[in-house]
Amino acid sequence: MADLSTVIHNIKLKNPVLTASGTFGYGIEFDDFFDVNQLGGFIVKGTTIHPRQGNAYPRMAETSSGMLNAVGLQNAGAQYFATEIYPKLTKYETNVLVNVSGSTVEEYVACAEIINELDDIAGIELNISCPNVKEGGMAFGTSCPSAAAVVSAVRKVYKKTMVVKLSPNVTNIAEIGKAAEGAGADSLSLINTILGMAINAETRKPVLSTITGGLSGPAVKPIALRMVWQVSQAVKIPIIGLGGIMNATDAIEFFLAGASAIQVGTANFIDPLATLKIIDGIDSYLNRHKISAISELIGCLHL
Amino acid sequence: MRKSIQNLKVIANIKLNDDHHLLQLQAPDQLEKIYPGQFANIQVDHSQSVFLRRPFSIHAVDYQNNIISILIKGIGEGTRSLSQSPVESYLSVIFPLGNGFSLPAVNEKVLLVGGGCGVAPLLHLAQVLNQNSNDVFILLGAKAAADLVELDQYTRYGKLFTTTEDGSHGEKGFVTDHSLFGKELSQFGKIYCCGPEPMMRAVAAKAKQSSVDCEVSLENTMACGFGVCLCCVTETIQGHKCVCTDGPVFNINQLKWQI
Repeated sequence: MADLSTVIHNIKLKNPVLTASGTFGYGIEFDDFFDVNQLGGFIVKGTTIHPRQGNAYPRMAETSSGMLNAVGLQNAGAQYFATEIYPKLTKYETNVLVNVSGSTVEEYVACAEIINELDDIAGIELNISCPNVKEGGMAFGTSCPSAAAVVSAVRKVYKKTMVVKLSPNVTNIAEIGKAAEGAGADSLSLINTILGMAINAETRKPVLSTITGGLSGPAVKPIALRMVWQVSQAVKIPIIGLGGIMNATDAIEFFLAGASAIQVGTANFIDPLATLKIIDGIDSYLNRHKISAISELIGCLHL
Repeated sequence: MRKSIQNLKVIANIKLNDDHHLLQLQAPDQLEKIYPGQFANIQVDHSQSVFLRRPFSIHAVDYQNNIISILIKGIGEGTRSLSQSPVESYLSVIFPLGNGFSLPAVNEKVLLVGGGCGVAPLLHLAQVLNQNSNDVFILLGAKAAADLVELDQYTRYGKLFTTTEDGSHGEKGFVTDHSLFGKELSQFGKIYCCGPEPMMRAVAAKAKQSSVDCEVSLENTMACGFGVCLCCVTETIQGHKCVCTDGPVFNINQLKWQI
C-alpha cells in the first residue's frame, strides 16, 4: 500500500479524499453505507448564522453529464448545528470541517465564532462562492477586495485551519486565490459550482425556481482542472481540488494539476460508495506507477 | 431494513402494456422488512444523457425469494432504458429509502386510491393491509382500460374499483368522480393516495371535507434519494422537508396544500 497521507495546513489527512459540502449531509446519512472514518475527512453542509429555508422548489435540473442545483444554503443555523448536530459528529475519528457562509461579513464572522468553539471540528471552509443566494455568497468571491475583506475578518476570530472555497464564476480565479492567501487563508478549495441555466422548451419556462443555478458533475471537470492548475501556479498554500470527480483517474488528474487533496461531490448522489472506490483506485494507480507516496504526484504534471 | 446499495439481478421483465413494464429484481441476501410506500433509487446505465438515478416505489416484496418488484412506466430516456433491462443483467439499486405509509388500526376499513404510475406502491400496501385484517377498498384510475395494469394482483388483497376517463373500464371520469367519493366516504378510517399531484390534491380535498385521515405519497425529482442533496423539498407546515427522507408519504395535514 502506498502512502496516501497528505497535509492541508495543520490538518493531517490519512488519505487525500474528502467530500464536498452539500453532497454529504452531516456524514451521518452515510453511516448505513460505510464507515466514513475511512475518508481523509468530510465537509458538512453549508452553515449560516441564521436558519435558512433555502429556495423554492424546483431546485434541481439534470443536465448532460451533470446537474444544476439551486438549494440556496438550506440549513438550521450555526447554533442548532453546535447544540444538536455537533454532538453526533464527535464520534467520528476522521477530520470534520464545516462549510461557513453568510450574507454579510458580520454574518460570516458570527458563524465562524460559533464553530471556533467546537473542539472536534478540524477547520472551516469559508464559502465565498455559493451562486444560489441573493445576497453575499458568491458576491464575496468575485472581486479581490471583497474576498480579502471577508477572509481577513474571519481570520481574526477563527484560530484553526481556514480553507477558502473559490468561485469559478470570475474572470481571473488566480487573482482571487492570491487575494484570499494574502488575507490569511490557510488553503483554497476550488471550484464551487458554475452558474448555469436550464429551460423547458415545451413550457418555455426555466426549470429552476431561481432561473439560474449551479452546475456540477463531470460536465465541469475540465474547467475545474484548468482552474486548479492556474491557481496552483499563483499561490503557495495547499489546494483542495474538486469539480466533477467521479473516479480515481479524475482524482489523479487533480493531483497532477496541483491539488494536495480532493473533494468528491455530485458522485456521492449516484454512488454513495464512490469515495471508497476512489481511495482504492488512487492506491492502485500509485502501486502501478511504482510511486510510494501521493505527495510525489502533487503538481507533477509533465510539461 | 437499513438502506444499502446492492446489485440486484433482473430475474423477470414483464411487458404489461405499451409503456408499462414490471421488473423483478432479486437480492443475493435475505431481504429484511420493507415498509409499503418505501422506494428504490435505480442507476440507469448505457444512457448518455441520464446522469442521475431514477426513484421508483417498491411495488411488491417477496421475502421468500428476496425479490422486489418495480413497476416502470416508460416516460423519458431513463425510464425507457430501465424498462428494457434484460433478464440476467444487474441493476445498481439503493433501497429501501424513505418512510412508508402508517398502518391503520386492525380491522379498520381503508381506501387506497391510485392513478397513473401512482398505483405502484399501493399493491405492496394492499398486501400488508390485507395481512393486517383491514377491510381494503382499492380504487384505480386511468385514461383508458389499456392503461390499467396488474388488476388481478390488486383483487387478491381487496375490493377493486376503477375509473377511466373514457369510460372503457369501471365508472367514467376521474377517481374523485367515483361513487365511493359520495356520501359514504366517511365509512373509511383512512385514505391512502398516490398518483399525479392534481389527483392527490382532489382526493385530499374530498378526504378533508369528510374528515377522513389521508396520506399521500409524493413524487419529486431528486439527485440522491437519501437526504443529502436537499433538492426534492416540498412545502410543509414545518418548512421545507425532503420528499426522500421526510416522505415520500406525508399526511395531508402536514402539507400546505390549499384544499
